[in-house]
Amino acid sequence: MYSRAYKTAVTIPPLLWVTVFLFVPYAILFCYSFWSVSSAQVILHNWNLQNYLQLVHNPIYLQVLFRSMRIAASVTVLALLLGYPLAYYLSFHAAKRKDLLYQLVIIPLWASYLVRGYAWKTILGSDGVLNGFLQYLHITHRPVEFFLYSPFAVIITLTHIYTPFTLLPIYASLEHIPRNLVEASHDLGASPWSTFRRVILPLSLPGVLAGATFAFVLTLGDFLAPLLVGGPSGIMISNVVVSLFGAAYNWPLGAAISFCMMLLVVTLLFITERLEKRLAVS
Amino acid sequence: MTEAATRASASGGAAATATPILSIRQVIKRFGQRPVLRGITLDVASGEFLTILGESGSGKTTLLRLIAGFEDLDSGEIWMGAERLDRIPAHRRQVNTVFQSYAIFPHLSVFDNVAYGLRAKNTAPTEIPERVTKALAMVKMGEFAQAAPAKLSGGQQQRVALARALVNRPRVLLLDEPLSALDANLRRQMQVELKSLQREVGITFIFVTHDQEEAMALSDRVALLRAGLLEQVAPPREIYGEPATAYAAQFIGQTNLLRAEVRDGIATAGSIVWRTFGANGAATYSLRPECIRVVAESESASPRSPDVTIPRFRGRIRNQSCGGAMDLIEIDCGAPSTIRARIPSPGILTGEREFEFTANDAVRVREGEPE
Repeated sequence: MYSRAYKTAVTIPPLLWVTVFLFVPYAILFCYSFWSVSSAQVILHNWNLQNYLQLVHNPIYLQVLFRSMRIAASVTVLALLLGYPLAYYLSFHAAKRKDLLYQLVIIPLWASYLVRGYAWKTILGSDGVLNGFLQYLHITHRPVEFFLYSPFAVIITLTHIYTPFTLLPIYASLEHIPRNLVEASHDLGASPWSTFRRVILPLSLPGVLAGATFAFVLTLGDFLAPLLVGGPSGIMISNVVVSLFGAAYNWPLGAAISFCMMLLVVTLLFITERLEKRLAVS
Repeated sequence: MTEAATRASASGGAAATATPILSIRQVIKRFGQRPVLRGITLDVASGEFLTILGESGSGKTTLLRLIAGFEDLDSGEIWMGAERLDRIPAHRRQVNTVFQSYAIFPHLSVFDNVAYGLRAKNTAPTEIPERVTKALAMVKMGEFAQAAPAKLSGGQQQRVALARALVNRPRVLLLDEPLSALDANLRRQMQVELKSLQREVGITFIFVTHDQEEAMALSDRVALLRAGLLEQVAPPREIYGEPATAYAAQFIGQTNLLRAEVRDGIATAGSIVWRTFGANGAATYSLRPECIRVVAESESASPRSPDVTIPRFRGRIRNQSCGGAMDLIEIDCGAPSTIRARIPSPGILTGEREFEFTANDAVRVREGEPE
């Protein structure tokens, strides 16, 4: 058994860390969200609900929030559509190529986010690779403008960046399916498709849920991709927060938005965790 | 035809001459460069309980997986009646498998597990509950229909696996060491149930095991597999009483192998001499320990003329251990070194004693690799 002193010694540092770097800042943020800014750009410590009311009444914020959620949902769906088949192939059919393919999935995670963002800029831009290719094939005669600086560009870029995060938990859950269950299903007369639908897919749902949560939550909070490739129409909620804490100098409103976002994400995580537990069968 | 093949078709043929339900012909299977099955030919009769017996690595599970359709064979054919089985995918074969580790679907209830095969084959929904209930009752799991598999013990999962396979009324049921994960008591109980279940449903069972006692207790016929080749296929009594090879004699029950020199109907192994019918030359004989009797001391003292039909030999008692109904006695008799005998209640034996056996009980067997 460990001594009481040892237990205290190993418990205190992480507790301290979480308190100082997580709870205290969040508490401060929470306080800020009830304050306001005077016309002279001074933060007034007069407690009120103005910031939250403004969020509900000013359509701009809700509009951006809904757009962010739409983008996050699109990225999630695309990441699942791309990630699941690849994870399935890796787990069930890749055989000798498994390790190599797995590494190829992982490698993009080593490249800097910024590099990947800029890469999409050169692909989607007016004189970018994609437009050049389309004009070369005479499919278009002028550069297509909406590729870059649009929600479309944000979705493409974030799908690229977050698909590995979606793939990995799906792959892990597929790897955990005992192969004799697949054989048992075939043995009982179920076709390969029916086996997928009735055995493999249900047993991989916890992984799908985990992967979807990664993609959705990470996208919802992203601000670099909209900054690099989003343009005015691709602005997301985090960009609003960044500007409120920066140029706009309205920390209280920024804090209120941040806090709502956090509440949204925590609720989402709570729900998916409950769902995952219900889906997971030992 | 080789001696073993002649023997196999002569003895095993009795059950298999009526149109076989399953016909395995010259099946060869390799994993990479390693041959696992090296030419298996075997007919399985309708309604029979056939056991494929072999050590681990003998290829017995591979043979079962070939029949089920989980592996592709390299050459040869498997027929089910007039249908070429090895050409159709696993899900279209009229065979079902009970897996070693049960392979119960963890996300489905016991009822849904058993109904799985019926639903996969689009059985009328009205028919499903009745058939599932009947199948669960057959394995005494009726009250667990709505239970989650994770809540069941190993023995219960085993029963569900059995019901899940039988509910489909397969033409052949394949069982891959289904009892090996159970403890000894439960295992014996399941053996009895399995055998009576097979009689009840009348479905052909192909049962894979490495346990020779299990094979003997359950089977109509035993197919002994050794390193990818069939050593002998025969009913348990025959394979025990007349083993074709030294390997079969040693693998199924205990035996003494006597390396003898045969000349003109007389076999000589050291000090033991008996009558035989085999050809002249070196030969190996299997003599079961229980075929040896101890000669009463009073009778042993009076000298008698050598009798080659009930030969006698002298030996020193090296060890005697109690084996319940029979004592196991190790006899040191010089030339064929140690001979083991199983003798019912012989009392405590000491020193040098005389033993006898009936010459016909020494069975001539083939040695070495199967051809």
